[in-house]
Amino acid sequence: MNRPVLKPHNFDGKLIVVEGIDGSGKSTQINLLYKWLQNQGKSVHFSEWNSSALVRSTTKSGKKDKVFTPTTFSLLQATDFADRWENHILPMLKAGVIVLADRYAFTAFARDVARGVSPAWVRNLYSFAPLPDLVFYFQVPVSVATERILSGWTGRSNLKYYEAGMDLGLSDNRVTSFRLFQQRIINEYEQMVPEFGFTVIDGTLPVQDQQHQVRLIVKKALHGWKGLPTPAQLSRALARRAKTEQQTDPAREEKPA
Amino acid sequence: MKAKDGNLFYGSGFPYHHITSLPGKLIVLEGTDGVGRSTQIQLLRTWLETKGYAVSDTGLRRSALTQPGLDAAKSGHTLGRLTMSLFYATDFADRLENNIIPALKAGFYVLSDRYFYSTIARDVVRGADPVWAREMYSFALKPDIVLYLKADVHTLVSRLVHGRGFDYWDSGMDLHLAGNLYDSFQIYQARLIEQFDQMAEEDHFVTLDAARSINALQQDIRRQIQPLLDEDE
Repeated sequence: MNRPVLKPHNFDGKLIVVEGIDGSGKSTQINLLYKWLQNQGKSVHFSEWNSSALVRSTTKSGKKDKVFTPTTFSLLQATDFADRWENHILPMLKAGVIVLADRYAFTAFARDVARGVSPAWVRNLYSFAPLPDLVFYFQVPVSVATERILSGWTGRSNLKYYEAGMDLGLSDNRVTSFRLFQQRIINEYEQMVPEFGFTVIDGTLPVQDQQHQVRLIVKKALHGWKGLPTPAQLSRALARRAKTEQQTDPAREEKPA
Repeated sequence: MKAKDGNLFYGSGFPYHHITSLPGKLIVLEGTDGVGRSTQIQLLRTWLETKGYAVSDTGLRRSALTQPGLDAAKSGHTLGRLTMSLFYATDFADRLENNIIPALKAGFYVLSDRYFYSTIARDVVRGADPVWAREMYSFALKPDIVLYLKADVHTLVSRLVHGRGFDYWDSGMDLHLAGNLYDSFQIYQARLIEQFDQMAEEDHFVTLDAARSINALQQDIRRQIQPLLDEDE
């Protein structure tokens, strides 16, 4: 089967995605980007991986009982994504909103293949999703990511079973298993850089430097694009229009007070 | 199970498992709602067990992993079509890997009340891309035999009225084909049958007339399965 995976979209909105391994700093960067865009008065929607309420209880019980196989894990995450796609991302893109996604189909392409499913199979699962306008890939070596996560500054210092790839049986030690699993994921991501045209950001640079680069690129991508105005912008525009109509309408001016 | 065309699976299967042979048999009963699948499976099970075969049965939406979540999702109004397709595929994969394959490894006769064909029929009727759906199920095992119990919509209606009655999903009410369960059921089931007929041809189902008496149909089913038993002799 040689159908294109992820076709470009022509919705009014813009889709911007961040990708990278755990501890690559992508969530920090997308949060800063979100605030910056909001401050400029843009309509922005944020969507996070693995956050569908519909699928949550199933994911939770599967993780707790450790019953996931690479295939069921992959399918359930795709279900989660499909729910967010149908109920949030798609309508937002149609409305002309900037959708910022913390992880997208590429996370599945990297992780699920690292777990052992076929690359063509998982790409087909997500083929209903469009190619984003921008994909930022935060590149960091495993050692840096592991150190960040274990130091606890990301808000969690323990590695969870599936996060560490313990289901793969790579090592009985969680940290070792995490390292080996994340390295496999990095290898998949690296192959996707040319495949999907990722914009690579050096995730070892200071946070502000990375954000500066990200904003420049986003600014360029949004140049000349209007999108959906916010309610405040709309009412200001309406007020302006009413005012100009009043000024240019001679009938009104001649009217005696 | 015997590998047909050199492959036990429709496509890539489960690349992380190395399955080369499965001594059990996978027997699938397919068909729309009301054709009498569960009754026939019960009878078949008893017959096989009497003959000394170990039997395991399975059906759609019975996976311990997904059943509570799927039931909850179906009672709400936000379950989208893609989401439903993928959720059902998760359920199917869970049963295949955690129940069906282990049972086949142990030499069981697995009687499956429907298989992924039903799910694809439902998805395609709801507008899913058939190529996408088919590729999604490329991890599925090729059954030893698929018995397609076929009955016309009129027969289905009669059985439902004298059985459990019409239900929202079996009538395809989410498709808004008609304003009431009866009319919607007619249109929806006719479309499903169309999908089944097409798959029956492409995937070499054995089509059996399900409008007959329970006993006549059961005799026919046993006749169809006999060659599989002979292989084991």
